[in-house]
Amino acid sequence: MNAVAPLIKLESISKHFGEGSTRVDALRDITLDIEPGSVVGLLGPSGSGKSTLLNAIGCIIEPTAGRMTLDGEVVYDNGWLRSDLRRLRLEKIGFIFQFHNLLPFLSVTDNVALVLQLAGYDDDDAKHRATQLLDYLEVGNRKQAYPANLSGGEAQRVAIARALANKPRIILADEPTAALDSQRAGIVMDLLGKVAKDQSAAILVVTHDEKIFSRFDVMFQLRDGQLSSDAA
Amino acid sequence: MNLALRDIRHNLGRFLLTCFGLSLLLGVVLSMIGIYRGLVDDALVLARAPQADVWVVEAGTRGPFAEASRIPGDTREAIALSHGIAEAGAVTFQSVETQHRGRKLRLFVVGYEPGRPGGPAQVVAGRNITRSHYELVADRSSGLEIGDRVALGTSKYTVVGLTRNLVASGGDPVVFVTLKDSQELQFELSPSAARRELARGAAPSGTDTINAVVARAAHNVSPAQAAHMVARWKHLSTMTQLEQETVLTQSVVERARKQIGMFTAILLLVSAVIIALIIYTLTMDKMREIATLKLIGAPDRAIVGLIVQQSLAMGLIGFSFGALLIASLKDVFPRRVILNPEDGLLLALVVIMVCVVASGMGVRLALKVDPATALGS
Ligand SMILES: Nc1ncnc2c1ncn2[C@@H]1O[C@H](COP(=O)(O)OP(=O)(O)O)[C@@H](O)[C@H]1O
Ligand SMILES: [Mg+2]
Repeated sequence: MNAVAPLIKLESISKHFGEGSTRVDALRDITLDIEPGSVVGLLGPSGSGKSTLLNAIGCIIEPTAGRMTLDGEVVYDNGWLRSDLRRLRLEKIGFIFQFHNLLPFLSVTDNVALVLQLAGYDDDDAKHRATQLLDYLEVGNRKQAYPANLSGGEAQRVAIARALANKPRIILADEPTAALDSQRAGIVMDLLGKVAKDQSAAILVVTHDEKIFSRFDVMFQLRDGQLSSDAA
Repeated sequence: MNLALRDIRHNLGRFLLTCFGLSLLLGVVLSMIGIYRGLVDDALVLARAPQADVWVVEAGTRGPFAEASRIPGDTREAIALSHGIAEAGAVTFQSVETQHRGRKLRLFVVGYEPGRPGGPAQVVAGRNITRSHYELVADRSSGLEIGDRVALGTSKYTVVGLTRNLVASGGDPVVFVTLKDSQELQFELSPSAARRELARGAAPSGTDTINAVVARAAHNVSPAQAAHMVARWKHLSTMTQLEQETVLTQSVVERARKQIGMFTAILLLVSAVIIALIIYTLTMDKMREIATLKLIGAPDRAIVGLIVQQSLAMGLIGFSFGALLIASLKDVFPRRVILNPEDGLLLALVVIMVCVVASGMGVRLALKVDPATALGS
């Protein structure tokens, strides 16, 4: 085992929706460490709690119990310990969502540059870095386009550029390659692997996509909200 | 980057259409306020035209506008000679209907004595009456032009001068003729019974009747003092100019004024509600984008800015368009529409307030929205 402190540390994290007869236990007692530099796959049937786990780590939904440490900071201990979760997200976490979630009224470049500006980059630096990332992800030719005019694959790559823009150490991706052909899926996974090494980031990827299983350092399986690990 | 501006640019058509709708609405509000101001002002212009300090009318009446007033023609001399009075003029008022260029024309005829108080304050084209008969100074709103000939009673009058914005409280254009002409006209148009009586040889002095005497106070004498000094005649009543104006606004146009005032207030309320609804729905439509902004870590300030800036832009553009629209259309209205800058400013402030309050309600919701709502399909 590695002695490096984990970037993501979950201890007995649980989450249920509703109460009584409508209660759904989406996560049961999840304990998990993810180390810097690793690309981790999260597998499981539909409804097993993969998105819920990802959103809990991203501080988008609040767990119901447990303890969560991100990048050395305890952020949840049977309750949020930070009031500025948005700042935390901006600084530490990059998201790649299932439904891209690009802002429809901003051009491709501005969607990426906005995150950088919010993080304190000035206009020119933000635009410059956004352009570089988009070129790297091979969507540089759509810089001026608006999200409504992008194909699913293009939108996904823009969303990835946005997630990587602020060089977060934690990257959470929900089905990032679902809309991509295997060549582009390979490029995305290469990129995530490179980011994990270069920025010594922890990357957690929810996927069904067997084409990319070989790219993971570790894989976990979720079933009915419970975790079992599979060595890749 | 300014998110509000980006969003506006991206949905420019919809934004402009909403602004246009708002501007029509605010234009209607502005014109209603203008109509109200016009009504009140029109009610007073006729009473203000003689630039009098004191009105002398029939005893026990508040004439000549609110109530009928008939006094002997020689009253003028007596008043003019009174202490505290500098000058006085006899005036008559009557409504006359005539034809002009094949169209029915209702006029409000003022008879006055040229050279004495009671005539037009300002002739904007042509000249004042100089002959003792059959000359007429008309208000532009009548459509009459200099040189036109128009029949009043059995005589033809020539238009020699024009005034502007001078109408009676009912909206009829005012025309001025000499007192002699107006008395002749009054006699011709009076009920036939009275005329028969006169023809039988009853007091012919009955034709020398006027409706009021308008007087100006002497130097160093206040209108109230002057009114008091001429109040000693039993068969006369006196009013200061201020009292006359109060009577006009509080009795002659009172109902019309309240009616329009009420309607204006309702319209303002309805507009406020509509603006609030527009802005509220505008914000609701953006909930997904707002949730996304929260997901990527945007602070509240960025979200509030997006909503408030956009609603203010909408309100201000809508208002400016509406004001421009009404300013360019106001002369098309059949009666006067007065656009006071103060009224416009007040309405602009109301619009800004409504925008801020409505977007405040939107902001409350926006700040509560769970970022996870952006994650659904
Ligand atoms: N907001 C919610 N309210 C109620 N139940 C939810 C909510 N989100 C997810 N669930 C339930 O939690 C379980 C796990 O959902 P999810 O994490 O989306 O699964 P997966 O991503 O693995 O398909 C499912 O049974 C789902 O119905
Ligand atoms: Mg899911």
